Amino acid sequence: MTEPVATDASPSAGARLRELRRVAIVPALNEETTVARVIEELRAFDPGLDVVVVDDGSADGTADAAAAAGAHVLRLPFNLGIGGAVQTGFRYAFERGYDLAVRVDGDGQHDPAQLGAVIGPVVRDEADIAVGSRFLERGPGYRSSAPRRAGIRVLAAVVSRLAGRRVTDPTSGFQALNRRGIALFARDYPHDYPEVEATVMVARHRLRLVEVPVAMRERGGGRSSITALRSIYYMAKVLLALFVGLFRRTVLPQEEERA
Amino acid sequence: MTPLIVSILGSLASFALVLVVLELIRRRRLRERYALLWLATGLVLTALSAWREGLNTIAGWLGVRGYPPAVLFAVGVFFILAVLLHYSTVISRLTDQNVVLAQRLALLEEELRASAADGGRDG
Repeated sequence: MTEPVATDASPSAGARLRELRRVAIVPALNEETTVARVIEELRAFDPGLDVVVVDDGSADGTADAAAAAGAHVLRLPFNLGIGGAVQTGFRYAFERGYDLAVRVDGDGQHDPAQLGAVIGPVVRDEADIAVGSRFLERGPGYRSSAPRRAGIRVLAAVVSRLAGRRVTDPTSGFQALNRRGIALFARDYPHDYPEVEATVMVARHRLRLVEVPVAMRERGGGRSSITALRSIYYMAKVLLALFVGLFRRTVLPQEEERA
Repeated sequence: MTPLIVSILGSLASFALVLVVLELIRRRRLRERYALLWLATGLVLTALSAWREGLNTIAGWLGVRGYPPAVLFAVGVFFILAVLLHYSTVISRLTDQNVVLAQRLALLEEELRASAADGGRDG
Protein backbone atom coordinates (compact mmCIF):
# COMPACT_ATOMS: atom_id res chain seq x y z
CA MET A 1 0.00 0.00 0.00
CA THR A 2 1.22 3.49 -0.76
CA GLU A 3 1.76 6.19 1.80
CA PRO A 4 -1.60 7.95 2.16
CA VAL A 5 -0.26 11.27 3.39
CA ALA A 6 0.85 14.25 1.28
CA THR A 7 1.09 12.72 -2.15
CA ASP A 8 3.18 15.49 -3.69
CA ALA A 9 5.32 16.33 -0.66
CA SER A 10 8.81 15.05 0.00
CA PRO A 11 9.27 12.30 2.62
CA SER A 12 10.66 14.80 5.10
CA ALA A 13 7.57 16.98 4.64
CA GLY A 14 5.47 13.90 5.36
CA ALA A 15 7.41 13.35 8.57
CA ARG A 16 6.99 17.01 9.50
CA LEU A 17 3.26 16.74 8.83
CA ARG A 18 2.89 13.89 11.31
CA GLU A 19 4.46 16.02 14.05
CA LEU A 20 1.81 18.70 13.61
CA ARG A 21 -1.50 18.69 15.47
CA ARG A 22 -3.91 18.92 12.60
CA VAL A 23 -7.65 19.35 12.22
CA ALA A 24 -10.12 19.44 9.36
CA ILE A 25 -12.91 21.99 9.66
CA VAL A 26 -16.04 20.88 7.79
CA PRO A 27 -18.90 23.42 7.64
CA ALA A 28 -22.17 21.69 6.78
CA LEU A 29 -25.74 22.84 6.22
CA ASN A 30 -28.36 20.18 5.42
CA GLU A 31 -25.77 17.77 4.07
CA GLU A 32 -26.71 14.49 5.76
CA THR A 33 -26.28 12.59 2.49
CA THR A 34 -22.69 13.65 1.85
CA VAL A 35 -21.07 14.60 5.16
CA ALA A 36 -20.26 11.04 6.29
CA ARG A 37 -18.48 10.27 3.02
CA VAL A 38 -16.43 13.45 3.31
CA ILE A 39 -15.37 12.41 6.83
CA GLU A 40 -14.40 8.92 5.63
CA GLU A 41 -12.39 10.40 2.77
CA LEU A 42 -10.60 12.71 5.20
CA ARG A 43 -9.71 9.69 7.36
CA ALA A 44 -8.48 7.82 4.29
CA PHE A 45 -6.27 10.74 3.37
CA ASP A 46 -4.76 11.10 6.83
CA PRO A 47 -5.83 8.94 9.80
CA GLY A 48 -4.17 11.39 12.22
CA LEU A 49 -6.40 14.24 11.13
CA ASP A 50 -9.03 15.28 13.68
CA VAL A 51 -12.31 16.18 12.03
CA VAL A 52 -14.66 18.82 13.40
CA VAL A 53 -17.98 19.32 11.65
CA VAL A 54 -19.72 22.64 12.22
CA ASP A 55 -23.44 22.07 11.76
CA ASP A 56 -24.86 25.47 10.85
CA GLY A 57 -28.37 24.84 12.16
CA SER A 58 -29.29 22.05 9.74
CA ALA A 59 -32.91 20.89 9.66
CA ASP A 60 -31.92 17.35 8.63
CA GLY A 61 -29.72 14.72 10.29
CA THR A 62 -26.40 16.30 9.35
CA ALA A 63 -25.10 16.49 12.93
CA ASP A 64 -26.06 12.88 13.77
CA ALA A 65 -24.60 11.57 10.51
CA ALA A 66 -21.34 13.38 11.24
CA ALA A 67 -21.21 12.14 14.84
CA ALA A 68 -21.92 8.58 13.69
CA ALA A 69 -19.01 8.86 11.26
CA GLY A 70 -16.78 9.69 14.22
CA ALA A 71 -16.31 13.43 13.85
CA HIS A 72 -16.46 16.03 16.60
CA VAL A 73 -19.63 18.00 15.96
CA LEU A 74 -20.27 21.61 16.89
CA ARG A 75 -24.03 22.15 16.65
CA LEU A 76 -24.87 25.80 16.21
CA PRO A 77 -28.25 26.59 17.82
CA PHE A 78 -29.40 28.43 14.67
CA ASN A 79 -28.08 29.27 11.23
CA LEU A 80 -25.19 31.72 11.45
CA GLY A 81 -24.32 31.79 7.76
CA ILE A 82 -21.20 30.31 6.25
CA GLY A 83 -18.83 32.94 7.70
CA GLY A 84 -20.00 32.47 11.27
CA ALA A 85 -19.99 28.67 10.91
CA VAL A 86 -16.47 28.49 9.51
CA GLN A 87 -15.17 30.90 12.13
CA THR A 88 -16.58 28.62 14.83
CA GLY A 89 -14.24 25.96 13.44
CA PHE A 90 -11.27 28.33 13.44
CA ARG A 91 -12.00 29.31 17.07
CA TYR A 92 -12.09 25.60 17.97
CA ALA A 93 -8.78 25.01 16.17
CA PHE A 94 -7.21 28.03 17.86
CA GLU A 95 -8.38 27.22 21.39
CA ARG A 96 -7.46 23.55 21.10
CA GLY A 97 -3.95 24.52 19.99
CA TYR A 98 -3.91 22.98 16.51
CA ASP A 99 -0.88 23.77 14.32
CA LEU A 100 -2.54 23.07 11.00
CA ALA A 101 -6.15 23.43 9.90
CA VAL A 102 -7.71 22.50 6.61
CA ARG A 103 -11.15 23.56 5.55
CA VAL A 104 -13.21 21.15 3.48
CA ASP A 105 -16.87 21.75 2.65
CA GLY A 106 -19.42 19.17 3.77
CA ASP A 107 -21.14 19.00 0.37
CA GLY A 108 -18.40 16.87 -1.20
CA GLN A 109 -17.28 19.62 -3.56
CA HIS A 110 -13.74 19.49 -2.18
CA ASP A 111 -12.00 16.16 -2.76
CA PRO A 112 -9.96 15.21 0.34
CA ALA A 113 -7.68 13.16 -1.93
CA GLN A 114 -6.33 16.49 -3.20
CA LEU A 115 -5.50 17.78 0.28
CA GLY A 116 -1.86 16.77 -0.16
CA ALA A 117 -1.42 19.49 -2.76
CA VAL A 118 -3.25 22.08 -0.64
CA ILE A 119 -1.39 21.47 2.64
CA GLY A 120 2.00 21.11 0.90
CA PRO A 121 3.00 24.81 0.92
CA VAL A 122 1.88 25.21 4.56
CA VAL A 123 3.72 22.10 5.80
CA ARG A 124 6.88 23.22 3.97
CA ASP A 125 6.42 26.65 5.63
CA GLU A 126 6.21 28.39 2.28
CA ALA A 127 2.78 29.81 3.02
CA ASP A 128 0.60 30.74 5.98
CA ILE A 129 -2.50 30.01 3.93
CA ALA A 130 -2.77 27.81 0.86
CA VAL A 131 -5.93 27.90 -1.24
CA GLY A 132 -7.05 25.32 -3.80
CA SER A 133 -7.92 27.13 -7.04
CA ARG A 134 -10.11 25.78 -9.82
CA PHE A 135 -8.82 28.30 -12.31
CA LEU A 136 -5.06 28.18 -11.91
CA GLU A 137 -4.69 25.44 -14.49
CA ARG A 138 -7.04 24.22 -17.18
CA GLY A 139 -8.00 20.95 -15.57
CA PRO A 140 -10.89 18.54 -15.91
CA GLY A 141 -12.81 19.29 -12.69
CA TYR A 142 -16.06 21.14 -11.99
CA ARG A 143 -15.67 24.87 -12.51
CA SER A 144 -19.11 26.23 -11.56
CA SER A 145 -21.84 27.58 -13.83
CA ALA A 146 -21.11 30.21 -16.50
CA PRO A 147 -22.73 33.24 -14.80
CA ARG A 148 -21.12 32.36 -11.50
CA ARG A 149 -17.76 32.00 -13.22
CA ALA A 150 -18.19 35.51 -14.66
CA GLY A 151 -18.89 36.85 -11.16
CA ILE A 152 -15.84 35.05 -9.81
CA ARG A 153 -13.71 36.57 -12.57
CA VAL A 154 -14.84 40.10 -11.61
CA LEU A 155 -14.09 39.42 -7.94
CA ALA A 156 -10.74 37.84 -8.84
CA ALA A 157 -9.73 41.00 -10.73
CA VAL A 158 -10.75 43.28 -7.84
CA VAL A 159 -9.13 41.05 -5.20
CA SER A 160 -5.89 40.70 -7.21
CA ARG A 161 -5.74 44.49 -7.41
CA LEU A 162 -6.37 44.99 -3.69
CA ALA A 163 -4.18 42.13 -2.52
CA GLY A 164 -1.33 43.22 -4.79
CA ARG A 165 -0.88 39.72 -6.16
CA ARG A 166 -2.61 37.46 -8.67
CA VAL A 167 -5.57 35.61 -7.16
CA THR A 168 -7.52 33.34 -9.51
CA ASP A 169 -10.17 31.80 -7.24
CA PRO A 170 -11.05 34.20 -4.39
CA THR A 171 -14.25 32.28 -3.56
CA SER A 172 -12.56 28.94 -2.89
CA GLY A 173 -13.07 27.53 0.59
CA PHE A 174 -10.66 24.64 0.02
CA GLN A 175 -7.86 25.91 2.24
CA ALA A 176 -5.02 24.96 4.57
CA LEU A 177 -3.74 27.30 7.29
CA ASN A 178 -0.92 27.30 9.81
CA ARG A 179 -1.15 28.68 13.35
CA ARG A 180 -0.85 32.31 12.20
CA GLY A 181 -3.66 31.86 9.71
CA ILE A 182 -5.85 30.13 12.30
CA ALA A 183 -5.19 32.94 14.81
CA LEU A 184 -6.16 35.63 12.30
CA PHE A 185 -9.42 33.97 11.26
CA ALA A 186 -10.32 33.02 14.84
CA ARG A 187 -10.22 36.70 15.71
CA ASP A 188 -11.73 38.22 12.61
CA TYR A 189 -13.61 36.56 9.79
CA PRO A 190 -16.10 38.12 7.37
CA HIS A 191 -19.80 37.17 7.40
CA ASP A 192 -21.61 35.93 4.31
CA TYR A 193 -19.61 34.91 1.23
CA PRO A 194 -16.49 35.35 3.41
CA GLU A 195 -13.62 33.94 1.33
CA VAL A 196 -13.35 36.98 -0.94
CA GLU A 197 -12.91 39.48 1.87
CA ALA A 198 -10.76 37.04 3.81
CA THR A 199 -8.29 36.84 0.89
CA VAL A 200 -7.77 40.61 0.99
CA MET A 201 -7.54 40.51 4.80
CA VAL A 202 -4.80 37.89 4.59
CA ALA A 203 -2.81 40.05 2.19
CA ARG A 204 -3.23 43.16 4.33
CA HIS A 205 -1.97 41.30 7.39
CA ARG A 206 1.08 40.31 5.34
CA LEU A 207 0.44 36.62 5.72
CA ARG A 208 1.87 34.50 2.91
CA LEU A 209 -0.87 33.31 0.55
CA VAL A 210 -0.33 30.64 -2.08
CA GLU A 211 -2.81 29.24 -4.59
CA VAL A 212 -2.56 25.61 -5.61
CA PRO A 213 -4.34 24.12 -8.65
CA VAL A 214 -7.09 21.66 -7.71
CA ALA A 215 -10.04 20.06 -9.45
CA MET A 216 -13.35 20.34 -7.64
CA ARG A 217 -16.34 18.05 -7.87
CA GLU A 218 -19.94 18.96 -8.41
CA ARG A 219 -21.70 19.23 -5.06
CA GLY A 220 -22.96 15.83 -3.98
CA GLY A 221 -26.13 16.91 -2.18
CA GLY A 222 -27.91 19.82 -0.57
CA ARG A 223 -28.01 23.05 -2.51
CA SER A 224 -25.71 25.99 -2.88
CA SER A 225 -26.21 28.68 -0.28
CA ILE A 226 -26.02 31.26 -3.08
CA THR A 227 -29.12 31.47 -5.28
CA ALA A 228 -29.25 33.47 -8.51
CA LEU A 229 -31.10 36.49 -7.11
CA ARG A 230 -29.05 36.74 -3.98
CA SER A 231 -25.79 36.77 -5.91
CA ILE A 232 -26.40 40.36 -7.06
CA TYR A 233 -26.89 41.40 -3.45
CA TYR A 234 -23.76 39.46 -2.50
CA MET A 235 -21.72 41.14 -5.22
CA ALA A 236 -22.81 44.59 -3.99
CA LYS A 237 -22.13 43.63 -0.38
CA VAL A 238 -18.73 42.09 -1.07
CA LEU A 239 -17.56 44.99 -3.26
CA LEU A 240 -18.68 47.45 -0.56
CA ALA A 241 -16.86 45.44 2.09
CA LEU A 242 -13.70 45.26 -0.02
CA PHE A 243 -13.83 49.01 -0.64
CA VAL A 244 -14.34 49.93 3.02
CA GLY A 245 -11.77 47.34 4.10
CA LEU A 246 -9.14 49.38 2.26
CA PHE A 247 -9.48 52.17 4.79
CA ARG A 248 -9.35 49.91 7.81
CA ARG A 249 -6.32 49.32 9.96
CA THR A 250 -5.28 45.69 10.45
CA VAL A 251 -6.94 43.79 13.29
CA LEU A 252 -3.90 42.18 14.82
CA PRO A 253 -1.02 44.39 15.90
CA GLN A 254 2.03 43.43 13.85
CA GLU A 255 3.99 42.24 16.93
CA GLU A 256 1.25 39.85 17.93
CA GLU A 257 1.20 38.50 14.41
CA ARG A 258 4.88 37.66 14.44
CA ALA A 259 4.71 35.86 17.79
CA MET B 1 -37.93 75.39 -9.90
CA THR B 2 -36.23 74.22 -6.72
CA PRO B 3 -34.58 77.05 -4.75
CA LEU B 4 -30.78 76.83 -5.13
CA ILE B 5 -30.19 76.82 -1.37
CA VAL B 6 -32.46 73.78 -0.99
CA SER B 7 -30.47 71.91 -3.64
CA ILE B 8 -27.16 72.78 -2.01
CA LEU B 9 -28.21 71.92 1.55
CA GLY B 10 -29.98 68.76 0.41
CA SER B 11 -26.92 67.54 -1.50
CA LEU B 12 -24.57 68.27 1.39
CA ALA B 13 -26.78 66.59 3.99
CA SER B 14 -27.39 63.48 1.88
CA PHE B 15 -23.73 63.15 0.97
CA ALA B 16 -22.81 63.54 4.65
CA LEU B 17 -25.11 60.58 5.35
CA VAL B 18 -23.16 58.47 2.83
CA LEU B 19 -19.85 59.40 4.46
CA VAL B 20 -21.13 58.68 7.99
CA VAL B 21 -22.40 55.25 6.90
CA LEU B 22 -19.04 54.40 5.27
CA GLU B 23 -17.18 55.50 8.39
CA LEU B 24 -19.43 53.37 10.62
CA ILE B 25 -18.69 50.33 8.44
CA ARG B 26 -14.99 51.07 8.61
CA ARG B 27 -15.11 51.14 12.41
CA ARG B 28 -17.16 47.94 12.41
CA ARG B 29 -20.05 49.69 14.12
CA LEU B 30 -22.30 48.79 11.17
CA ARG B 31 -22.36 45.58 9.16
CA GLU B 32 -22.32 45.86 5.38
CA ARG B 33 -25.56 43.91 5.25
CA TYR B 34 -27.43 46.66 7.14
CA ALA B 35 -25.57 49.48 5.44
CA LEU B 36 -26.67 48.84 1.86
CA LEU B 37 -30.14 50.33 2.36
CA TRP B 38 -28.73 53.40 4.09
CA LEU B 39 -26.21 53.90 1.30
CA ALA B 40 -28.97 53.63 -1.31
CA THR B 41 -30.95 56.26 0.65
CA GLY B 42 -27.99 58.62 0.78
CA LEU B 43 -27.01 58.18 -2.86
CA VAL B 44 -30.55 58.57 -4.26
CA LEU B 45 -31.22 61.68 -2.15
CA THR B 46 -27.84 63.16 -3.13
CA ALA B 47 -28.58 62.59 -6.80
CA LEU B 48 -32.10 64.05 -6.61
CA SER B 49 -30.88 67.10 -4.66
CA ALA B 50 -27.97 67.87 -6.95
CA TRP B 51 -29.71 67.16 -10.26
CA ARG B 52 -32.19 70.05 -10.33
CA GLU B 53 -33.54 69.41 -13.82
CA GLY B 54 -34.19 65.78 -12.95
CA LEU B 55 -36.06 66.66 -9.76
CA ASN B 56 -38.27 69.06 -11.76
CA THR B 57 -38.99 66.41 -14.38
CA ILE B 58 -39.84 63.76 -11.80
CA ALA B 59 -42.04 66.23 -9.92
CA GLY B 60 -43.87 66.85 -13.20
CA TRP B 61 -44.43 63.10 -13.68
CA LEU B 62 -45.80 62.77 -10.19
CA GLY B 63 -48.14 65.73 -10.60
CA VAL B 64 -46.31 67.82 -8.01
CA ARG B 65 -46.83 71.45 -9.06
CA GLY B 66 -45.29 74.51 -7.46
CA TYR B 67 -42.75 72.97 -5.09
CA PRO B 68 -40.53 70.20 -6.59
CA PRO B 69 -38.56 69.60 -3.34
CA ALA B 70 -41.70 67.90 -2.00
CA VAL B 71 -40.49 64.94 -4.05
CA LEU B 72 -37.34 64.86 -1.90
CA PHE B 73 -39.50 64.49 1.20
CA ALA B 74 -41.57 61.76 -0.41
CA VAL B 75 -38.50 59.77 -1.48
CA GLY B 76 -36.89 60.32 1.94
CA VAL B 77 -39.99 59.09 3.74
CA PHE B 78 -40.18 56.04 1.47
CA PHE B 79 -36.60 55.04 2.28
CA ILE B 80 -37.07 55.66 6.00
CA LEU B 81 -40.10 53.36 5.98
CA ALA B 82 -38.09 50.71 4.10
CA VAL B 83 -35.26 50.91 6.64
CA LEU B 84 -37.70 50.70 9.58
CA LEU B 85 -39.52 47.71 8.13
CA HIS B 86 -36.17 46.02 7.51
CA TYR B 87 -35.21 46.66 11.13
CA SER B 88 -38.47 45.16 12.36
CA THR B 89 -37.64 41.93 10.54
CA VAL B 90 -34.11 41.98 11.93
CA ILE B 91 -35.34 42.57 15.50
CA SER B 92 -37.85 39.73 15.12
CA ARG B 93 -35.10 37.35 14.03
CA LEU B 94 -32.85 38.45 16.90
CA THR B 95 -35.71 37.89 19.36
CA ASP B 96 -36.24 34.34 18.07
CA GLN B 97 -32.54 33.56 18.24
CA ASN B 98 -32.32 35.02 21.75
CA VAL B 99 -35.06 32.66 22.91
CA VAL B 100 -33.22 29.68 21.42
CA LEU B 101 -29.96 30.74 23.08
CA ALA B 102 -31.60 31.12 26.50
CA GLN B 103 -33.26 27.70 26.19
CA ARG B 104 -30.02 26.04 25.13
CA LEU B 105 -28.18 27.70 28.00
CA ALA B 106 -30.76 26.50 30.55
CA LEU B 107 -30.56 22.93 29.21
CA LEU B 108 -26.75 23.04 29.28
CA GLU B 109 -26.66 24.33 32.85
CA GLU B 110 -29.03 21.60 33.97
CA GLU B 111 -26.89 18.99 32.22
CA LEU B 112 -23.73 20.37 33.86
CA ARG B 113 -25.32 20.41 37.32
CA ALA B 114 -26.64 16.87 36.88
CA SER B 115 -23.28 15.50 35.75
CA ALA B 116 -21.50 17.36 38.58
CA ALA B 117 -23.92 15.78 41.08
CA ASP B 118 -23.35 12.34 39.53
CA GLY B 119 -19.58 12.80 39.66
CA GLY B 120 -19.80 13.82 43.34
CA ARG B 121 -21.82 10.73 44.24
CA ASP B 122 -19.50 8.35 42.37
CA GLY B 123 -16.28 9.95 43.63
